[in-house]
Amino acid sequence: MKKFNRVLSLLLVASLVFIAACGNNNDKNGGSTSSGGAESIYFLNFKPEIATVYEQIAKDYEAETGVKVKVVTAAAGTYETRLKSEMAKSEAPTIFQINGPIGYNAWKDYTLDLKDTKLYSYLSDPSLAVTDGDGVYGIPYVVEGYGIIYNNAIMENYFALPNKATGVSSMEEVNNFDTLKAVVEDMQANADALGIKGVFASTSLSAGEQWRWQTHLANIPLFYEFNDIGGYDSTVLAGLEADEIKFTYGNNFKNIFDLYINNSTVKPTLLGSKSVADSMAEFALGQAAMVQNGNWAWNQIAEVGGNVVNQEDIKFLPIYTGVAGEETQGLAIGTENYLAINSKASEAKQQASVAFLEWLFSSDKGKAYVTNDLGFIAPFNTFTDEEKPADPLAAEVMEWMNKDTTAVVWTFAAFPSEDFKNDFGDALLEYAQGSKTWEEVSAVVVESWKNEKAK
Amino acid sequence: MQKMIKKYFALFALPTLIAFTVAFVVPFVLGIYLSFTEFTTVTDARWVGLDNYVKAFKDPDFLKALWFTAKFTVVSVVSINVLAFLLALLLTKKVLGTNVFRTIFFMPNLIGGIVLGYIWQLIINGILYQFDVTLTSDPKYGFWGLVVLMNWQLIGYMMIIYIAGIQNVPKEQLEAAKIDGATSGTILRKIILPLVMPSITICLFLTISNSFKLFDQNLALTAGAPSKQTTMLALDIFNTFYSKAGFEGVGQAKAVMFFIMVALIVVIQLGITRRREIEN
Repeated sequence: MKKFNRVLSLLLVASLVFIAACGNNNDKNGGSTSSGGAESIYFLNFKPEIATVYEQIAKDYEAETGVKVKVVTAAAGTYETRLKSEMAKSEAPTIFQINGPIGYNAWKDYTLDLKDTKLYSYLSDPSLAVTDGDGVYGIPYVVEGYGIIYNNAIMENYFALPNKATGVSSMEEVNNFDTLKAVVEDMQANADALGIKGVFASTSLSAGEQWRWQTHLANIPLFYEFNDIGGYDSTVLAGLEADEIKFTYGNNFKNIFDLYINNSTVKPTLLGSKSVADSMAEFALGQAAMVQNGNWAWNQIAEVGGNVVNQEDIKFLPIYTGVAGEETQGLAIGTENYLAINSKASEAKQQASVAFLEWLFSSDKGKAYVTNDLGFIAPFNTFTDEEKPADPLAAEVMEWMNKDTTAVVWTFAAFPSEDFKNDFGDALLEYAQGSKTWEEVSAVVVESWKNEKAK
Repeated sequence: MQKMIKKYFALFALPTLIAFTVAFVVPFVLGIYLSFTEFTTVTDARWVGLDNYVKAFKDPDFLKALWFTAKFTVVSVVSINVLAFLLALLLTKKVLGTNVFRTIFFMPNLIGGIVLGYIWQLIINGILYQFDVTLTSDPKYGFWGLVVLMNWQLIGYMMIIYIAGIQNVPKEQLEAAKIDGATSGTILRKIILPLVMPSITICLFLTISNSFKLFDQNLALTAGAPSKQTTMLALDIFNTFYSKAGFEGVGQAKAVMFFIMVALIVVIQLGITRRREIEN
């Protein structure tokens, strides 16, 4: 018993020391942040691939102005989770990101009206901002584009094939779905001669890796559907108003999706285990000629060890789905990255946060970071034509913007919820595996939209 | 000494009590409160009464997940305990290298759930690839995958508890039974089983609560695919909380119900098995 008592008291003392140590620690933290006051701001970053650049920027900014910028990056796919927990803290993020009108709806109690800031006046097209009534609550900071990325070297090989079954001899001629289909299917038949495993890199459908289909590809048919509804300024607004959808262009989605999964590096039944990284690696290693993704994927392609794709061979093709008149369709160009300022932060911190963003997007030093290191096509009039990113995909996006084509608007900003996208993605997986018919997939899409809107 | 302890009891107990309050009581009470509110972050909540509970019950995903979890729990609790007990019997016999085997069987328990989930995903997909299917092709693959994973992880732990129990069975009783001519089957049923009842209580408690609360392994192995058909309760709660704006409260309500359910089941189980325990 005596021994037990001694052990017990030792334990209790130990826990006392532990608690005291914790308390101390907290004091230290509390001390440094509160003394920082307005001189410290907190940016919760959305893009993990450029986290280190932001840290460098923060260091530079502090050296120049004395304002400490704390940059925290949420791991891929966990931004909302992270934001929810960070916002509940006493030192909440002062700059955070919303993904458009739907995101604004979730966070509207926390977003500051930015209409009187210089940052808003820098926007080359003010209509891009997220607005509500007179207020401006989200400022887009990057324009991105997606489509079908192709490796021109492999395409040239195909066009030079003696036994090719199509009359197509350059990518210029591929400007609608039928031509694309003919070329792709003929390429798949000659896969061995071209040295590829399949035309399209695997259609990643494992959980959390479905966004290229349930968000980006889904955007195409719904863009056309909302475009048919007259009386709205944009397809996003039409989509936000729609309580139900018909999925009129569902068959167009099926067209391209079938083409993706049937002419690929892997069998359709195995897609449930594939990730976006797998898919980009296949493209980088030259096992596939085409992959659907956006200009942000350049890093992913460039970083793959044993990369065989030449920078000048990487090109973009719009996603053709067999819609009438699609010859003039361009890439899907838009943004889902809007910066917002925390309206519950102190006045001084709000000012400091806006000042930081204005510095980043208008000072020479800041702009150099944005163009060269972050690789953003920034939608601000403070950037001259020379100050554009040099990576091949971003350059392609800008080239397509100047072509005589109509860009597909990023209509998925109007999708009702994450659940809608996930339902769509799950249905696609089951379709690829053969356990759902296309009619059932269509029904899921229509049903889910209705349910999620009703909630 | 005794007097000293009494005198300073409050002082010494205070730190632990504070830690317990901060880390358990406060979040728990706050959690229950939040299940009656609508909120974006936990610091700004608006009272909505029972609304969240109504929504939770109307959610077909919740009931589906409950059913899946129940099935999983029954299968894995039975298989884990039977296999662990058999292994324990085997390894309390005088066999060469029992210690090595005990260590090896215990080791899977030291690996975290997420890692285990991904390892087994690779293994199972590696096999299923030969037949042109994957874990997501059919919910039954996910179900049995989870059962195998859970068995692999927990059998070693339960085995150790059973071994301790079996070793505590008095040698005299076993010897007496043998001299009286009892077969080894009778010895097992009439002597060993009743005497290891305390171990069975603990093992059942651990396996039931662990299977019911399973999250990491579920997330890593299938993440609910295909179409949420392998989503267990904990994962469903997580998804409700994070993938729909305005549904945080509903997720919280589900979590409260989840807690009540697990507590109820475990208390009933403890009651039943406790009654069968006999003083050694």
